[in-house]
Amino acid sequence: MSTFIIYILVSCLLCLSFVKDKDKTHRTLKKAWKSFENIMPQFLSILFIIGIMLAVLDPQTIYMLLGKDSGLRGMTIAAVIGSITLIPGFVAFPLAAALLKAGAGYGQITMFITTLMMVGVVTLPVEIQFFGRATAIKRNLLALVFAVIISFVIGGIIS
Amino acid sequence: MNLIKPMIKRYRVCLSLLIINMFLLFFLPDIGKTALYITKDNLLEMLSIIPPIFILLGLLDVWVERETMMKYMGEHSGIEGGVIAFIMGSAAAGPLYVAFPIAGVLLKKGVKLTNVFIFVGAWSTTKIPMILFEATNLGWDYMLLRFVCNVIGIIIIAILLEKMIPSEERRAIYVNALNYNK
Repeated sequence: MSTFIIYILVSCLLCLSFVKDKDKTHRTLKKAWKSFENIMPQFLSILFIIGIMLAVLDPQTIYMLLGKDSGLRGMTIAAVIGSITLIPGFVAFPLAAALLKAGAGYGQITMFITTLMMVGVVTLPVEIQFFGRATAIKRNLLALVFAVIISFVIGGIIS
Repeated sequence: MNLIKPMIKRYRVCLSLLIINMFLLFFLPDIGKTALYITKDNLLEMLSIIPPIFILLGLLDVWVERETMMKYMGEHSGIEGGVIAFIMGSAAAGPLYVAFPIAGVLLKKGVKLTNVFIFVGAWSTTKIPMILFEATNLGWDYMLLRFVCNVIGIIIIAILLEKMIPSEERRAIYVNALNYNK
């Protein structure tokens, strides 16, 4: 749905651009293609890694690791899985809901969701391309620290 | 031949992964097949999201003057700049790794680092369709609690991160952004 809105919005903008200035529109499309082509190798690699990883780490395996009474060990595992995998939100949230229903702790689940979204080991090469190595690593480390804090806060409030 | 060689070099990681997947398909057919299916689904999804985002990126690059961008989101933009960055990130669609090229264009236009990090942070966690989906799955209480923590966290991370970057590194980031994709 949101993709559809973006398509319409961008089409309108592109038409407007074309009406106003053909040359600029031509440059726009050239730039769009070039930036796409530039990160294509990394994009494709990321997709292969996600595919292989999700095939190995199916929901049952994840549940086994994060299930009931996993405690601090479960927290750590949640952080590791969340940081290295790239599960899209529409898979992650139902999975999180199922895990909660099955008895996983809110702390572990929050850790999993937060690291999943903010910490990206697999996507680090793309990030480095734009922010440089040092900054990209710092950003991920700060996000990890934040994930630990938010997990304990939410785990403490809802329990 | 001269064209193919650099092509192979650029895609070497990707090609090795494809070969690994082929091995899986041969020795562990179940895992190999699932992996290929997931990759195919993700690829199609990505290809459906990416074209408008990259065209938008091109439009932003060509039409918006560096001065305009600097005025609203640059070094002296204040809180409004942060709010704009937050809204831009939250209105987005697509996985986090698509946000980095856009962050690159923002840097090129002279947007303040803190605001770029707020944009990336918002893109990663407070995307509107995503938090609505979170609420339907995990409940509004959980979503709202996490949302409040996230907003605070994103701002603190952006400010801390900006302070943790030495000035020569900062310069390098902006120079890199200016040269990228010229």
